[in-house]
Amino acid sequence: MEFTQEHFIALLPLLVTSATAIVVMLAIAWRRNHGMTYVLSAAGLVLALLSILPALQVTPLDVTLLLQLDRFAYFYMALLLLATLVCITLAHAYLGEKSGSEGFPGNREELYLLMVLSTLGGQVLVASQHLAGLFIGLELLSVPVYGLVAYAFFNRRSLEAGIKYMVLSAAGSAFLLFGMALLYAESGSLGFAGIGLSLAAQGSSMLVQAGIGMMLIGLGFKLSLVPFHLWTPDVYEGAPAPISAFLATASKLAVFAVLLRLYQLSPATSGGWLNDSLSLIAIASILIGNLLALNQSNLKRLLGYSSIAHFGYLLVALIASEGLAVEAVGVYLATYVLTSLGAFGVITLMSSPYRGRDADALYEYRGLFWRRPYLTAVLTLMMLSLAGIPLTAGFIGKFYVIATGVQSQQWWLLGALIVGSAIGLYYYLRVMVTLFLLEPGIRRHDAPFDWGQRAGGIMLLAIAVLAFFFGVYPQPLLELVQQAGLAAL
Amino acid sequence: MILPWLILIPFIGGLLCWLVERFDQTLPRWIALFTMALLFGLGLWLWSNGDYSLAPAPGAATNWAVEFKHVWIERFGINLHLALDGLSLLMVLLTGLLGVLSVLCSWKEIQRHVGFFHLNLMWILGGVVGVFLALDLFLFFFFWEMMLVPMYFLIALWGHSSSEGKRSRINAATKFFIYTQASGLIMLVAILGLVLVNYHNTGVLTFDYALLLEADLDPKIEFLLMLGFFIAFAVKFPIVPLHSWLPDAHAQAPTAGSVDLAGILLKTAAYGMIRFALPLFPDASADFAPIAMALGLLGIFYGALLSFGQTDIKRLVAYSSISHMGFVLIGIYSGSELALQGAVVLMLAHGLSAAALFILCGQLYERLHTRDMREMGGLWSCLPWLPPLTLFFAAASLGLPGTGNFIGEFVVLFGAFAHWPWIVVIATFGLVFSSVYSLAMVHRAHFGPVRVQGALRGLDVREIGMILLLAALLILLGVYPQPVFDTSLATMSGVQQWLDAAFSPLVSAR
Repeated sequence: MEFTQEHFIALLPLLVTSATAIVVMLAIAWRRNHGMTYVLSAAGLVLALLSILPALQVTPLDVTLLLQLDRFAYFYMALLLLATLVCITLAHAYLGEKSGSEGFPGNREELYLLMVLSTLGGQVLVASQHLAGLFIGLELLSVPVYGLVAYAFFNRRSLEAGIKYMVLSAAGSAFLLFGMALLYAESGSLGFAGIGLSLAAQGSSMLVQAGIGMMLIGLGFKLSLVPFHLWTPDVYEGAPAPISAFLATASKLAVFAVLLRLYQLSPATSGGWLNDSLSLIAIASILIGNLLALNQSNLKRLLGYSSIAHFGYLLVALIASEGLAVEAVGVYLATYVLTSLGAFGVITLMSSPYRGRDADALYEYRGLFWRRPYLTAVLTLMMLSLAGIPLTAGFIGKFYVIATGVQSQQWWLLGALIVGSAIGLYYYLRVMVTLFLLEPGIRRHDAPFDWGQRAGGIMLLAIAVLAFFFGVYPQPLLELVQQAGLAAL
Repeated sequence: MILPWLILIPFIGGLLCWLVERFDQTLPRWIALFTMALLFGLGLWLWSNGDYSLAPAPGAATNWAVEFKHVWIERFGINLHLALDGLSLLMVLLTGLLGVLSVLCSWKEIQRHVGFFHLNLMWILGGVVGVFLALDLFLFFFFWEMMLVPMYFLIALWGHSSSEGKRSRINAATKFFIYTQASGLIMLVAILGLVLVNYHNTGVLTFDYALLLEADLDPKIEFLLMLGFFIAFAVKFPIVPLHSWLPDAHAQAPTAGSVDLAGILLKTAAYGMIRFALPLFPDASADFAPIAMALGLLGIFYGALLSFGQTDIKRLVAYSSISHMGFVLIGIYSGSELALQGAVVLMLAHGLSAAALFILCGQLYERLHTRDMREMGGLWSCLPWLPPLTLFFAAASLGLPGTGNFIGEFVVLFGAFAHWPWIVVIATFGLVFSSVYSLAMVHRAHFGPVRVQGALRGLDVREIGMILLLAALLILLGVYPQPVFDTSLATMSGVQQWLDAAFSPLVSAR
């Protein structure tokens, strides 16, 4: 195919992100400077974000067979870039100002490089309309994350988490590849739409069903859906806090977006038994995720389990796959990303600068309200938002998912959702009330007093304000998401 | 424009309370008192100036004394739609009054984190006012859920722990929250079901009350949707068997929390039934009425029986609330205009008398540091004012003529008798039970041998004033209830017309 100027404009966000990665790499090679590396990568991401604006003018556009750049893709790209921007800002606070004196003892700069690369993978993923694009994107997204999770490699837990994630992720990729191969053998096409068409014509055989099942397993690993969730709490706990934030938001967001596109573009993949098994997975994720979170005394593990449950809720919308579904997924993902970033952001600031281990035990947050009222207000808001209480963005997301469920009459799933939310409330409330209890005598970690004036703190306050704003007046968000429909629909 | 202010005033006042906490410890109390007084004053002003013969009725669903409408979320046709009629006004007045009292009764009791306490208190009341005014189903649900969070904090942070362990108040608060939130989600599903069915039929996506009233529903679907609403209201009401959060929450809550819980929060459920469940689903409600009334009967006797068995004085009052709300439920579902009006009077009277009893329990607790009636006894000789006042409110609670409770219960039973003689006959025995537990409470706590050592501090002006005010209002309501009847008449006759239309085919079928 021929490349015109339009194609390059459409690719602009991807190109800018790639360029950022190269520039950051060269800058590190030239001179190690933590502040400069941060500024460079942040500037690159902001540029990439801005470049979506001109790119929107030429959409929708297919660039090669692999990528379809439509509003849907750009919406998720923007979300992805924003999430990454928040993550690297948090990482900057987390790693500490200067090397040597305090903070992170190892090299700091590569973290930004890895994160930018991983975002690039995510951008490819959300735009891909072809199994090859999917695989390239997914690997580019995951491989840098192996390094990120084990970034504090001198810490046993971080290293363990990194290795665990790598092995399981690789296993997931293998399943995915095998599934793709089976699917290709039967349908003779790798494009999402092509697969859908040819399968619709010839009906689904055993081979196809096995292939789709295996792909589902592979993606289920990445989304940590039950029963493929076992890695989640350990990795969330072991990884440095900003990396956990990245893992919970950017990486899952991109995978879910591509799953949605696959599901929408090749409807043959959403046949009867597949829907049933997805429903089972959703119910299991909601119930088991919430139940396992009940007794966690570690905030990162708790958020890990809660994210399992949240992706269960999202599956409800995916399974409905009609009417409001695409919109619901967009709104829910946006609110979920916002909320998770806020929650992990508080943990990050509490553990900043790096002191060997993160402040993730629940008792370290006891009585935080009476020491850091605004930081606590942020975390409280995030917990309420995760629980889906009105006045927060999370409520709007949950409202959408329930609306989708009612519309497509998925009563079992709705039942699971209600039971799951009721269980979930228990541990969100437990975290919340801990923040307000009387202070204990001793404490180890606290956020620096001037946390609100630093970049990470400002970012966090902005997230909190946004979470509140979208909870009270969601119209702008809804309009944005409404615009972000799939091109082919 | 006054309606949004009714909601905003408590929210702003609460925020101010929190902000000034660092300068002064008593300032938040004054701000909160002023805020509530302002709310109450505005309510009175509205009462004197509004025309409350306007209320929604079949065919005229858009009749309101005061109305406010503004676009909120266009995507779903959701509006900030607030409106006031006689029923809402009475409830707002009750909220303002009990708001003032709950600030006053925590004047000495709450010493920790005063500002944050009043923030929560004000926000509960703001949410409650929102529930009473909201006419958009989404907005209604929004406020319905929103008031839970500050209530949770109120119980969890300032509550009393029982002797068993430190976490009991947190557990009680969590139980309260989970019960109401889970049932609220069922209501959300029902709301969405109603909205989408209406969308399917008419092509208009809207959450507006007036439009949804005209929704054309299949009887089966109507019944299911009605059940969704009913379950959410039943939990808050509370209707046996969904009541088990109530005694725990009451026992552990601080006095102000109990006052709000019994006085206002329970009334939101009754309000929701009258405003939403009956008019939106009249046919299903008419089918369901016998079951609902049977549940009301069950509540009356079960609450009375358990109330009698309690040793904890606050739990006793809490169970008595379940019993009294049973009468309200019977009044609501009887389909008679008179009984509906009686239910409203009973709601007000119970709000006043339960609030007074909880305040008295709180005052007792401040002096004795126990709520266990086995450790009380003979208080009549130790304290000058408190025991006789308790006796008065116990008598009010058992429905003594001359108090508002009597009017309420009598009118409910009287109104319901024409259609449901047997239910009324059985319910009447509930009055006997209520005199048993009320008098038993007074007897155990205030008579008998003296078990308390040392002198007890007498009641100060603030404490006596609060109680006397409530007593005076209760007597006023008992002697001259006509203004309340007048104010609620239009709303109730509207509801009754909806129900009547649904009942008449049933009656002819018999």
